[in-house]
Amino acid sequence: MVSCKTIIANLSEYLNGDATPEMRQKIERHLRSCRRCSAVYDSTRKMLVITGDERIFDIPVGFSERLHKFLDATLSKT
Amino acid sequence: MGEKESEGGSAEPLLIERVLAGEKDFFHDLIRPYERGAFLLAYSILRNQDDAEEIVQQAMVKIFSHLAELTERDKFKQWAMRVIENEAKMYRRKRRQHLYEPIDQDSSEVFEERPFYPRQFADWRDLPNEAVEQKEVREAIATALGGLPDIYREIFVLRDMQHLDVAETAAVLGIGQSAVKTRLHRARLMLREALAPVFAKPKVSIWERWKGINPWLAAKR
Repeated sequence: MVSCKTIIANLSEYLNGDATPEMRQKIERHLRSCRRCSAVYDSTRKMLVITGDERIFDIPVGFSERLHKFLDATLSKT
Repeated sequence: MGEKESEGGSAEPLLIERVLAGEKDFFHDLIRPYERGAFLLAYSILRNQDDAEEIVQQAMVKIFSHLAELTERDKFKQWAMRVIENEAKMYRRKRRQHLYEPIDQDSSEVFEERPFYPRQFADWRDLPNEAVEQKEVREAIATALGGLPDIYREIFVLRDMQHLDVAETAAVLGIGQSAVKTRLHRARLMLREALAPVFAKPKVSIWERWKGINPWLAAKR
């Protein structure tokens, strides 16, 4: 069986869908039997769903309006 | 439909052409899909909302006035983000000189990319879609992200929050694609480690678990 170290080292590629078919198979086999690695995999996946959602981050209220107003005022001078 | 198309990627060269032809109003349409990401990137570098907003405004003017220099017009996003990144870093440098803030190793290669190994192996509770609206979740993410060294925070913001691909991220940061990959991997593991205590499933004591499976106690509840 592939070591946990190897699995963790290749986890990002796997999550991106970039792992080679051979590595993917190794990882999936490992995850089925290793509780620790599957916990790392599962929590990383959960984290990426949350952080990838653009609502997670607050943009200051009125940011867009101020930006476009600023641009209108500045670009008209150029 | 790919993400780039949904951001109006295919229409961009045309918009750029019209702006360059003097139709300045189209500049607003050109940058609208990226203003949120621009703020996020500037904020991840400056860690101050007012500064980030000011820098985005200034950088957008710069983007407008240098638009003719963009030769590959289908690469507007990465080019624009690079301008934002540079402006924010330049401002940070100035601010540090002024405030005598310690200079940390921002884009330098000082951080060795040694492998990072997780230490927390608890299962996480489920984080449904609505979790992003919860104050506790948002604060935890912001704090954990703020705790990452700059080079990892930037990579994470560009790749996993703004969804730039490896080549685009490498172009924005002026680093190689393999550095993007190793740093992103490390950034994810570090962030996961920082968030584990917040999102781990609450531990159930042996007594609680026993109560749950004991039919006599379960009936009494």
